[in-house]
Amino acid sequence: MKNNLKAFLYLLPALVFLGVFMVYPLADVLVYSFEEGYNSASQTFSGIGLRNYSFVLRDPYFLQAVKNTFILVMITVPVSTGLALVISLGLNSIKKLKNLFQTIYFLPYVTNTLAVGLVFMILFKKTPYSDGMVNILVRLFSGTTVDFIDGPYWAKMLVLSIYTVWIVLPFKILILTSALGSVKQDYYNAAKIDGASSWRVFSRITVPMISPMLFYLIITGFIGAFKAYSDSVALFGTNLNAAGMNTIVGYIYDMLYGDSGGFPSYASAAALILFAIVFTITVVNLMISRKRVHH
Amino acid sequence: MKNKTHAEKRIGRKRVAVRTLTYILLAVWALAVLFPFYWMLLSSVKSYGAYNSEYVPAFYTVAPTLENYVSAFREAPLAKYFLNTLIFTLLTTGIMLTVTVLAAFAFARLEFKGKNIVFALFLALMMIPNELVIITNFQTITSAGMRNTFHGLILPSVASVFYIYLLKENFEQIPDELYKAAKVDGTSDFKYLVKVMLPIARPTLITIAILKIIECWNSYVWPRLITDEKARFLVSNGIQEIRENGFGRENVPAMMAAVVLVSLPLIVLFLIFRKRIMKGVSMGGTKG
Repeated sequence: MKNNLKAFLYLLPALVFLGVFMVYPLADVLVYSFEEGYNSASQTFSGIGLRNYSFVLRDPYFLQAVKNTFILVMITVPVSTGLALVISLGLNSIKKLKNLFQTIYFLPYVTNTLAVGLVFMILFKKTPYSDGMVNILVRLFSGTTVDFIDGPYWAKMLVLSIYTVWIVLPFKILILTSALGSVKQDYYNAAKIDGASSWRVFSRITVPMISPMLFYLIITGFIGAFKAYSDSVALFGTNLNAAGMNTIVGYIYDMLYGDSGGFPSYASAAALILFAIVFTITVVNLMISRKRVHH
Repeated sequence: MKNKTHAEKRIGRKRVAVRTLTYILLAVWALAVLFPFYWMLLSSVKSYGAYNSEYVPAFYTVAPTLENYVSAFREAPLAKYFLNTLIFTLLTTGIMLTVTVLAAFAFARLEFKGKNIVFALFLALMMIPNELVIITNFQTITSAGMRNTFHGLILPSVASVFYIYLLKENFEQIPDELYKAAKVDGTSDFKYLVKVMLPIARPTLITIAILKIIECWNSYVWPRLITDEKARFLVSNGIQEIRENGFGRENVPAMMAAVVLVSLPLIVLFLIFRKRIMKGVSMGGTKG
C-alpha cells in the first residue's frame, strides 16, 4: 500500500500533464466534432450531429487543402525515399570524407523550418527588381522565367516539394545509412564468390536486408507528409488559402485561430478526417509490408 | 594470360569510374544542402543598396558589411524574440526532464499495482498525433487566460511519453545489486535516484535534453496559436512576422541577417554534439 502511494506520487506530474493535455483532449475532440453550431464565446451549441463533417467535406478550401496534401505526399514520399536510398548507398561505399558528408547531410534536421524557408523563398522568388537565383538556371534551359512563389500552381507545388524533400532527407539518410552499415559483410563476400552482378547483389541481398527499415521510413514518411504545414507557411506566408497552397493541417489551424478562426468544431471534424486518412494509409502500408518485408 | 590482365584492367577502370561517380553524386547533394546556408550568409553581408541593384544576383560580394545585423536588431524586436525563445527552451526542457525522470524511475524501479497496464496505456499515447489534441489544448489555454504567457506556451509540452520510455529502458540496465546495497545502507528511494541513477544515466539525459532543445527552438505551430502579442513571440514567429511585415521595406539582407542569427545556435549545438544528436534521432526522433 505504501509502495503504491509512493509510485503514484512519482508518476503524478506525468499523469496530470498527459491527462490534461492528451487524454482529455482526445475525448474532447470527438465531442467537438459532433457539436453543431458551436460558439466559442458563449461555449454553447445548437445540436448534435454530422453537420460539421458535411460542412468541412464541402468546403472548397478543405478540398483544395486535401488535393494539395495528396499531391505533396505522392511526390515527396517516393522521391525522398529513393533519393535517400541512393545517397545512403553512395555513403556506405566510401571511406574517405564519409563523416564530413554525413555531417553536412544532417544539417537541415537542426535548422529552423521557418528561417530556412525564407531563404528558399528568396532563392525562388521573382520580383520586379530581380529574377532571383533559381531563375538564372531556368533561363539556361528555357527562355521564360517563372515566379515560383506567387506564380502558377505547379511552380509553387514544385518549390514546396523541393523544400519538403530537403527537410525530410536527413532523417531518412541517417536511418538508411545505419541500416546498410549493419548488413553482414559475409553475405556480400558469399555473393562475390558466386560472381553475382552488382544489380543482383543489390536486389537479392541489400534490399531484403534493409527492407524493415525501408518500410519503417515509408510508413513514417507518409504520416509526416500528410501532416505538412510549416514548410508551406515558410514559403507562402500564413494566408495559405489565398495562396492556394493550404494543407489539411493548415486548414485545421485556420479554423481555430486568426481571421478565419473561432470554429473548433470544424477544426475537430477536419482533424478527425485527417486522422482517418492517415490511419487507413498506415494500415494499408503495414499490410503490404507484412507481405514484402524480409524478417 | 594476357586476356585476363585485360579483363582485370577493365574491371579496375570500371571500379574507378563508379567511385568517381559516387563522389560526384555525394558532392552534388552536399552542395544542395549547403547552398541555402551559403546564400543566407552571403545575402546577409551584402549592403541594402548592393543587393537591390543586382538584377542577376552575384555569387560573392567584394564589400561585405555587418550593417544588416545592426538593422535586424534595431528595426525588429529580435533580441526580445531570442530572450523569449531562450526562456521557453530552458524552462520547457528543465520541467520536461524532471517529469520524465520521476515517471521513468517509477516504471523502472518501483513496484506497484497495475504497473504493466499503466505503462501500456502510456505507450498507447505515443500514437496520438498532435493535431488531434491541439484543438482542445488551444481552447483550454485560452479559457484559462494563459494566452501570451509562458505558462501557456510551456505546460502542454512538458510530458513526453517517448522520453519516459527511453529513460526507463536506460534505468532498467542499472544492476539491481546497487539498489539492494543502497537499501541495506538505508538510502531513501529519492536519494538513490539522485545520487546513483542520474549520474549513471547522464548520457541518455543529455541526449534527451538536446533533442528537446532542438524541438523547442524550432517550434512554430503552438507558439503561433497561443501568442499574438509581438512581445511574446518566439524566433519562428518572429521570422514569420518579419517575412510578412518586413523591416518597413523589402529589406532582404536584414531578413537574411535575422535568419543567420536564428539558425546559428542550433548549428553550433549540432557541431558540438554531432554523434549524440544523430544517435538520439535514429533512436526515435522523426521529422517529416
